[in-house]
Amino acid sequence: MPTPILQVKGLRTEFLTDGGIVRAVDDVTFDLYPGETLGIVGESGSGKSVTALSLLRLVPDPGRVVGGQVLFRNEDLLQISEDDIRQIRGRDIAMIFQDPQSSLNPVLKTGFQIDEAMLAHGTPKGQAHARTIELLKKVRIPAAESRVKDFPHQLSGGMRQRAMIAMGLANTPSILIADEPTTALDVTVQAQILELLADLNRELGTAIVMITHDMGVVAGLCTRVIVMYAGQIVEEGPVEQIFDNPQHPYTWSLLRSIPRVDALRHERLRSIEGIAPDLLHPPKGCRFHPRCPFRVEKCFTDEPSLEEVAPNQKAACWVTMERARREMGADELVDIRPGAGSGVRRGELR
Amino acid sequence: MSAAITDMRSSPRPAGAKALMRVESVVKHFPAGLGQSVKAVDGVSFEVREGETLGLVGESGCGKSTLARLVTQLLPVTSGRIFYEDVELTKLRGEKLRQQRRQMQMIFQDPFASLDPRMTVGDIIAEPLDNFGVMKGRARDSRVQELLRIVGLNPNFNNRYPHEFSGGQRQRIGIARALALKPRLVVCDEAISALDVSIQAQIVNLLEDLQREFKLTYLFIAHDLSVVRHISDRVMVMYLGKIVEIADSTETYANPKHPYTKALLSAIPVPDPKIQRGRRLVELTGEIPSPLHPPSGCRFHTRCPIARVPAPCAETEPPLEEKARDHLAACHFSSDV
Repeated sequence: MPTPILQVKGLRTEFLTDGGIVRAVDDVTFDLYPGETLGIVGESGSGKSVTALSLLRLVPDPGRVVGGQVLFRNEDLLQISEDDIRQIRGRDIAMIFQDPQSSLNPVLKTGFQIDEAMLAHGTPKGQAHARTIELLKKVRIPAAESRVKDFPHQLSGGMRQRAMIAMGLANTPSILIADEPTTALDVTVQAQILELLADLNRELGTAIVMITHDMGVVAGLCTRVIVMYAGQIVEEGPVEQIFDNPQHPYTWSLLRSIPRVDALRHERLRSIEGIAPDLLHPPKGCRFHPRCPFRVEKCFTDEPSLEEVAPNQKAACWVTMERARREMGADELVDIRPGAGSGVRRGELR
Repeated sequence: MSAAITDMRSSPRPAGAKALMRVESVVKHFPAGLGQSVKAVDGVSFEVREGETLGLVGESGCGKSTLARLVTQLLPVTSGRIFYEDVELTKLRGEKLRQQRRQMQMIFQDPFASLDPRMTVGDIIAEPLDNFGVMKGRARDSRVQELLRIVGLNPNFNNRYPHEFSGGQRQRIGIARALALKPRLVVCDEAISALDVSIQAQIVNLLEDLQREFKLTYLFIAHDLSVVRHISDRVMVMYLGKIVEIADSTETYANPKHPYTKALLSAIPVPDPKIQRGRRLVELTGEIPSPLHPPSGCRFHTRCPIARVPAPCAETEPPLEEKARDHLAACHFSSDV
């Protein structure tokens, strides 16, 4: 493996609420390699977006990063000065968001806003403007020369997201963080944007961190994936390996609960019972144990750490799917209630 | 309850089942000022068969939610007729229409906006019963508890408020309310779109269980074709106010007869890297044109990969006609798809 371009170690981000402290990101550690496409996948409240925001110190109040390191070029991004982090944002690490409508200023021309991204990092004005047109062409906006003069409302949703991507790429960053960039778009437009991101990754070698709830997006775009649940990483590894042979019961259940457009039979979906935990009062032991069909006694009390379960693949589980298959007949199991496989039923959810 | 019933495949419904609802040439135009109008639904005909799940998919702005409000007559049609069994809904007004609506209920997308935060869950579920004066006192309360149990919630939750529940649980409350009057037709308008994947599966399973138990007919509207395909017996695809294809859901996937359906299917990412990377995307150029000024001829011709312009695609509108048994499509070149 090459040297990582970004190393995240023990990241913790908390939100101070009326009800107490919500640990939105709880001890998250991972590496990002140059030029790779890393997916961070999870459901709402899993901490995937807060993780992304924490990397660039963009967590909104009342949230704050309370621990860990984000190492980029031998510097800890969590420790450097406000001026220094501002130099890194947009120049070395760029970010695009779900809603391009609210990310663009409605009263400024789109082209100018892309110029600005370069002016802020010292590119001379004339040069910036020429590059904006070149960038808009690169993200396949037709008639780029005239589109630079359009205001954001004159562009369609897909076009706005393309403009945001152009802005993100303006300073040729080495990392592009994309937080659900296609969730607000229609599927046919989503497909266009995903293809564009894949092409740009190949062409420019920009590493992409793709934050998404959609396993299909991960399958199409990413080479490696991190699965998050209740603020923690539960599984991590190469995409094909994780989809073929997930070792964490959450990943396994999630993959089986998605209806597939290419499925041939009208089969009952294997849902995951229960709901995601309230992070004000996370469950003891493994956070997935109240919903896990394969839990054992230990899962109620001891928190599992992320351990290597196969080459390059890590999972945080006391049981793992290999044992669940071998000892609990996981593949044949039709009852997916908590504890169904292992017979450990106490403390069952409603 | 969903976990107890396991691995049961829903039985296929006969293709010859009688129509519970018939929609004939329905048009809905919204005035948009300057003498213009948004042609949200522009001449749509189909039937909903008794006991089936008819899926309706399309991208934003295609008119699918407007259509949901037309079939339940929450919106008046601009022209066209809608029949529920032999009753022409589009002719009814006032009390007569209200009585007919007992038979058809809706489940909405947003489980946060569709429940009144100041009402208890019990009162929310009982509101249809109260509106129609169906049940009172103890009978009403026990019906509420029964409904809560049916949707997989604790029957003693009737005194709680919506904010105490998660998104998935709220959607169960919305379903309980929709079932209160024992309707025959339930229109689900993006009923699971706001939910997380693992919760979506729970609600889809619940809807399937309820359909079997209470012999419900669903019109299931969503933008997510994989969910629609999973739950539906037949799938109807809309584009810019028009139906472009209606067919059995397996057939739609295996043998699409409209280029838009094919593009839509190819754009949906499959959660399997080996398959997803080998799939070919039918790339559509551009985005949906404005329903203020839909393109001439076939509305899809501006984005269609197989269109022949100007003639016939930009000049003649293709009719929705049977291209194979029980498989309708509106395309001049459906055999080339």
